[in-house]
Amino acid sequence: MSRITTRFSALAEQGRKALIPYFTAGDQGPEMTVPLMHHLVASGADLIELGVPFSDPAAEGPVIQMACERALEHNVSLHDVLAMVAQFRQQDDATPVILMGYLNPVEVMGYETFADEASQAGVDGVLIVDMPPEEAEMPVKTFRAAGLDLIFLAAPTSTAERLDKIGQASSGFVYYVSLKGVTGSAALDTAAVASKLEQVRQHVDLPVGVGFGIKDASTAAAIAEVADAVVVGSAIVQRIADNQGDEAAIFASVGGLVAEMRSAMDKNR
Amino acid sequence: MSIVNADERQNWAELPDEHGHFGPYGGKFIAETLMEPVEELQSAYDHFKNDADFQAEFDRDLAHYVGRPSPLYHAERWSRELGGAQIYLKREDLNHTGAHKINNTIGQALLARRMGKTRIIAETGAGQHGVASATVAARLGLECVVYMGEEDIQRQAPNVYRMKLLGAKVVSVTSGSRTLKDALNEAMRDWVTNIDNTFYIIGTVAGPHPYPEMVRDFQAIIGREARSQCLDMTGKLPDALVACIGGGSNAIGLFYPFLDDEAVSLYGVEAAGDGLETGRHAAPLCAGTPGVLHGNRTYLMEDENGQIIPTHSISAGLDYPGVGPEHAWLKDTGRANYVAVTDAEAMAGFHTLIRTEGIIPALESSHALAYAMKLAPTMRSDQVLVVNLSGRGDKDINTVARLEGIKL
Repeated sequence: MSRITTRFSALAEQGRKALIPYFTAGDQGPEMTVPLMHHLVASGADLIELGVPFSDPAAEGPVIQMACERALEHNVSLHDVLAMVAQFRQQDDATPVILMGYLNPVEVMGYETFADEASQAGVDGVLIVDMPPEEAEMPVKTFRAAGLDLIFLAAPTSTAERLDKIGQASSGFVYYVSLKGVTGSAALDTAAVASKLEQVRQHVDLPVGVGFGIKDASTAAAIAEVADAVVVGSAIVQRIADNQGDEAAIFASVGGLVAEMRSAMDKNR
Repeated sequence: MSIVNADERQNWAELPDEHGHFGPYGGKFIAETLMEPVEELQSAYDHFKNDADFQAEFDRDLAHYVGRPSPLYHAERWSRELGGAQIYLKREDLNHTGAHKINNTIGQALLARRMGKTRIIAETGAGQHGVASATVAARLGLECVVYMGEEDIQRQAPNVYRMKLLGAKVVSVTSGSRTLKDALNEAMRDWVTNIDNTFYIIGTVAGPHPYPEMVRDFQAIIGREARSQCLDMTGKLPDALVACIGGGSNAIGLFYPFLDDEAVSLYGVEAAGDGLETGRHAAPLCAGTPGVLHGNRTYLMEDENGQIIPTHSISAGLDYPGVGPEHAWLKDTGRANYVAVTDAEAMAGFHTLIRTEGIIPALESSHALAYAMKLAPTMRSDQVLVVNLSGRGDKDINTVARLEGIKL
């Protein structure tokens, strides 16, 4: 069983929901990434979604775009990100790590090379924003053979037919994008999310995480009522940007947000 | 990437396949959030491309609003001076708004109206596609927002003002390299946020399926006219076609109706900028590698880590790190030849056409002219070379004056 599946089963037994913080690897320089991952786990993260910087992140709002630009100023490559995960694994063999990014860096590295190296580094899942199931037949096979879960997005506009495809192609969990827009967009409508999730679950036999637009502890708690996992990205990356240059302040601010979300989500159990 | 079946004879009319693939290129590499609007567009286009009323309205607009057919002009004096092939210019510069871009924006805007969309968005580099989009939006009474890189807004001030006169809102894009590719990213972000009422008019044969096919089909009028005009004027098909390539819409528009005419040689001319060897260029087909960007797999300007790298060209319209996926496949199959000319060579082409024929060409088109100056002398005087004069150069006179140290 993959680390992701193991983690979701354990949480389900405890009646808890997963908290998945995201940040862009290499933001504020490559040295901060691994310590911040450990800090997120210590603050209450169940899985970590690590962004792979890309020059043209077309699905991101301004907050994550700027994080990509900051990371690329340090020339952080996909190879570097894999090395960071390997370093993280030296101290943490339990917390699942998911890479989230765009296809081109993987395409250029080569699917098989990437799958082998990611698996060796201790990556558990891969979410490639601009690779829908239609274009993923070969990567799905290659990644699965290497023991990587491939996580696909579902959207408010996904039809029943598409949800079937997404459910079949995915393993680990499915990531439901809670609104029409880019990452970090306006606050989301939790009632609308709840009703769409019912539909998603009719087609998807995996845990469903929800992300895009979850900014604070109360929204995280509300989403945790209906979803299996809560993904928080822009709110964390914004706190990194706000405390730019002051690592202690970044850790305090980001850790504080994750801890608040954790406690709000756990209160409802 | 391994290339499959490149040696097999292609049935060009059947490409792309139903998933938008040209060999290994093209496709639909987009986030799930964009899948619904892209599929809605695809089903609308699949329907209307075979709809007689739609095609009749498109043809009528091309005739009476754009001014088609555009002439095929025998550049006799220039041909004589070069001492080789007879050069014919396909005069897309004479279209309304001054370039081939309007053929596509008319087609897409008519589709937008039939789909009930009230707002159109577009990306632009040099501003030609932005102007062409703002123009059709004004005519159809649609709201229009044009995304343009901050750098390009400064370089192309007259076109920015033209768009504003036409009622469009021009949004300055400050992310990434602040040029065309970033404007495209920003337009995609707008689209995903406003899919209910918004139609995204992409200006070239790139983007996710069905854009490369649809834009090609709207631009193929160039090649269909050129083919029959050439037969009328010379009694035969041309021996070679030459067109400049940024994203590649004017080139594919000219080439497409000739793809099965294997005796007709095809030359796509990319921007070599300061020279391919300097790395400061915009020539992904000549000096790039395959990858995935903006919804399709194609040749890209990228580094060894798969990051898209900055491009350079004297011509803002060619300053793009990708290229339409059909060109990528035409390259791999060997059906078309892709070459590049430098900024300096393009400037020479620009001045030569003005001096010999009294026509001011766009700097984009000047790349095609510059290559024609190399190719024509290697051909016989009874051979015919058709060059796509994709746009007029009025927009470029400030750039040229500045480069030559002249104050206007």
